Amino acid sequence: MHTADTLRFATRAAAGNLLRTALMVLAMAIGVAAVVVLTALGDGARRYVVGEFGALGSNLIIVLPGRSETGGINPGSFVTATPRDLTVEDAEALLRSPWVARIAPLSVGSGEISTGGRLREVTVVGTSADFTVVRQLDVAAGSFLPREDLRRSTNVAVIGATIQRELFGVEPAVGRLVRIGDRRFRVIGVMAAAGQGLGMNTDEMVIVPVGAALAIFDTNTLFRILVEARDRGALEAAKADIAEIIRSRHAGEEDVTLLTQDAVLATFDRILATLTLAVAGIAAISLAVAGILVMNVMLVSVTQRTAEIGLLKALGAEPRTIRRVFLAEAALLSLAGGLAGLALGHGGAALLRLAWPVLPAWPPDWAVAAGLGTALVTGVLFGVLPARRAARLDPVQALGKK
Amino acid sequence: MALIELDGIERIFTLGDSQVHALQSVSLRIEAGEYLSVMGPSGSGKSTLLNLLGLLDRPNAGHYRLEGRDVTTLDANEQAALRRERIGFVFQSFHLVPRLSAAENIALPLMLAGLPVAERHTRVAAALHDFGLEGRAGHRPDQLSGGQRQRVAIARATIMRPALLLADEPTGNLDRATGQEVTRLLEELNAGGVTLIVVTHDPAMGERAHRRIRMEDGRIVGDLRRGVPPAG
Ligand SMILES: Nc1ncnc2c1ncn2[C@@H]1O[C@H](COP(=O)(O)OP(=O)(O)OP(=O)(O)O)[C@@H](O)[C@H]1O
Ligand SMILES: [Mg+2]
Repeated sequence: MHTADTLRFATRAAAGNLLRTALMVLAMAIGVAAVVVLTALGDGARRYVVGEFGALGSNLIIVLPGRSETGGINPGSFVTATPRDLTVEDAEALLRSPWVARIAPLSVGSGEISTGGRLREVTVVGTSADFTVVRQLDVAAGSFLPREDLRRSTNVAVIGATIQRELFGVEPAVGRLVRIGDRRFRVIGVMAAAGQGLGMNTDEMVIVPVGAALAIFDTNTLFRILVEARDRGALEAAKADIAEIIRSRHAGEEDVTLLTQDAVLATFDRILATLTLAVAGIAAISLAVAGILVMNVMLVSVTQRTAEIGLLKALGAEPRTIRRVFLAEAALLSLAGGLAGLALGHGGAALLRLAWPVLPAWPPDWAVAAGLGTALVTGVLFGVLPARRAARLDPVQALGKK
Repeated sequence: MALIELDGIERIFTLGDSQVHALQSVSLRIEAGEYLSVMGPSGSGKSTLLNLLGLLDRPNAGHYRLEGRDVTTLDANEQAALRRERIGFVFQSFHLVPRLSAAENIALPLMLAGLPVAERHTRVAAALHDFGLEGRAGHRPDQLSGGQRQRVAIARATIMRPALLLADEPTGNLDRATGQEVTRLLEELNAGGVTLIVVTHDPAMGERAHRRIRMEDGRIVGDLRRGVPPAG
């Protein structure tokens, strides 16, 4: 029998029993669509969390002045009543470690900003050029602080989006002069409005060079030093180096606390693992349900047609011919169902993205492949297996079956 | 060489722990071109015999030689080829594929044999004409009368020009007039050289055959020939 005839015969058979074909395609489509939509939802949630987490910067080490109590009872913590100041020089020294990629000293305080008669209370942050890189922040207009000696105090400022709006309205702020405390600063940049990130919100901040901030606050002490390790694997080595450098600079006292996001990381890892597992479980259940539906429809349909198989055999069809006809039919049905499911699923995922734009609800490739694969394999398997069995019967046995 | 030689054929059906001897030591020799009727009470093994002859079933013991070749030892594909090329089967209940038109049902054996489409069309057109079905080519079986359905079935059974035509109660589901029409059709085919074996409960139809086999309890108990030598 020619391939074209086989395909045509199979198509006619599928079209000849519309109810069964519809059931089969529907079962398959629902199964595949369920997998696509559910995994899009699960993976979207996972990606959302990962995105938020990435906004924090996972290579980050925060150096705080003072020994944290969580370090346990340490003779040093009794001896040193007040820790030494954390200075700009300390911050610069940290760059000596090969594991440290960049640093950003941080000096934070409150102050007043004024221009053209308007005045506003703001958080003044003193830092350096690498701050935007370390905290993964973007500048919307102008530029960020210039790269310069940390001890210099150039009178330039980068303002947050809210400050820009409240002080300048829609007019460009870059190039304008503002007064912070009793010093005049030139605005050189405006920060991008903070998104939904879990990181610090820069909207109501004014960022100035760390030297300038220390001068405004009239202090030498840094609030924090942000350190970015070369990569996540270098975190521990970088911590050890930082502790060593600080100790050598602070007369042998380890009077700082090093915070990494290990704890946060571990929690997120657990959440992500559970989420991935849940998604995989949901996908497996929907696939199993779809598989059983497909299996039943196919089994019933082929069993109903045992007499037809007997007739074909009586007319001289070889077992191979019968197997091919049923394979073609099962493949056609499975393909139609699978593609319909894919369309349905992608439509559903698109609706999800429309309803919750923050959720990147795209089905992962593995889920699409697994959904389609399972549907096709069960469809073809349970279409062909009973047909194979029927094709082996003597024609008279098959003919007699109703 | 005889067309068919049966030698000590046994067919035993096992149902649970009881056994039915549907055929017992059946031996039979049929020449090409003969016209046989097989009669006998219900359950005597007529259908079983015809199914064996049509290679739709296999015997438990004995030998079946078709055109000199022992067919009981052939594999599934070789048997399929014989059913396709040499044997036509007409069933009491027609066994048409309900979703296919009359023409498509008739074309089934040609399609299975892989004949070129053009040749299939000419042969089916000729068959539709020969069996008076021209106006019914596109009708599905449920749009045909019983007699038309059986004519479609006979057209299908003969479209491959088999040497052997087997009919199991071909008129059993038809009224008298339609039955006679179908009988005439079969006899015309026999007159054209096809060996015809008909199982029937209708004595009138049985009498028309040149050779009449009578079966009882799975055995051949009578084998009558008309004085006339078989045609062909
Ligand atoms: N598949 C089967 N399984 C068990 N027994 C069977 C089977 N087919 C036939 N038989 C038995 O074999 C015997 C012969 O059956 P067969 O169908 O050949 O009779 P028949 O002469 O054609 O009868 P009828 O005139 O009623 O068609 C019967 O006793 C029947 O019950
Ligand atoms: Mg019978």
